[in-house]
Amino acid sequence: MIVAKRKPFEEILQMIAGHRKVLIAGCGTCVAVCLAGGEKEVAVLAAEIDMARRLKNQPIELGQTTLERQCDREYLAQLDDRAASYEAIVSLACGVGIQFLAERFPTIPVYPGVDTCGLAVNQDVGWYEERCRSCGRCVLDRTGGICPVTLCAKGLYNGPCGGTNRGFCEIDPEQPCAWYAIYERLKGQGRLERIRAITPVQEWRDTVPRTLLQPGYRKPEKAKS
Amino acid sequence: MRLSYPANVKIILVPCTGKVDVMHLLQAIQRGADGVYCVGCLEGTCHYNQGNLRCRERVERVREILQEIGLEPDRVRMYNLSSGEAPTFVAYAREMTELIRRLGPNPLKHSKPSIRLEEAA
Ligand code: SF4
Ligand code: SF4
Repeated sequence: MIVAKRKPFEEILQMIAGHRKVLIAGCGTCVAVCLAGGEKEVAVLAAEIDMARRLKNQPIELGQTTLERQCDREYLAQLDDRAASYEAIVSLACGVGIQFLAERFPTIPVYPGVDTCGLAVNQDVGWYEERCRSCGRCVLDRTGGICPVTLCAKGLYNGPCGGTNRGFCEIDPEQPCAWYAIYERLKGQGRLERIRAITPVQEWRDTVPRTLLQPGYRKPEKAKS
Repeated sequence: MRLSYPANVKIILVPCTGKVDVMHLLQAIQRGADGVYCVGCLEGTCHYNQGNLRCRERVERVREILQEIGLEPDRVRMYNLSSGEAPTFVAYAREMTELIRRLGPNPLKHSKPSIRLEEAA
């Protein structure tokens, strides 16, 4: 899932400093699961803002809502009749959701309430670890299912480098070396020859905003609203 | 044993302190309570193993939030006792009451929150 971290309260307070009516919009999917921007986090943030502003003698009117997803038009549309009654919106969705919301209501300032931190696994409640940087050309087939882009400090496609040190990375003795792990995994599977295959460099210069069209689907003539 | 504790303490029963949520504590303060404290079983004796430990963590979180918004963290506290210790319960109620007296009334008492729930249509 996409994981995010709530921004420091002071930063959020600063963003909305000039506003007197603000909507806090959560997202009920990824950011709800990672405890950063779901219904509960929306309620907590609203309570914090309400109290902080009343204590400063600058009371604020707040709205709170949590959409099923902010990366889908059909859910954003649920705010069509109300968004305009707010001076600004603080979104607790990931960066994708925040932008789609801002695009839907271009005349209203939309502020990020979270910092989006990546694509991660759920290690435990409240504990997430990044596993993928969505590079667009997955090499997990040759790396024993371990992503070198994310887990190797240098993002090497062909590793390890000379800094590998008994299973750990030269950047930090606590940081496992991804390529050591890849070696061990492939060895265990009897597929060590895979590590010899040279993976060509990724064409990062082609990293323009990407779009994705699944097979069997067509792009609509004009984006629907 | 019948003991009396300060009359300003209003008791809210929960099945286990693990049921207490950050929002319960925040809302009490938001709506003008001068202080809130949770009284859980002794650590290590929770019938549900973790309930009172979770409650302590939530209390800690709320104390941080109070600090951030400019209120005294001590308005929210956690206490532990075993259910047989009525005198300790009374002692905690008195301690909390005195502490809150020293801090004075919650400044949020004089105004009301204005938060509207926008249901997704
Ligand atoms: S906006 Fe979409 S991608 Fe982002 S957190 Fe919500 S559901 Fe996930
Ligand atoms: S190689 Fe790594 S970053 Fe690229 S798609 Fe696969 S898991 Fe994601």
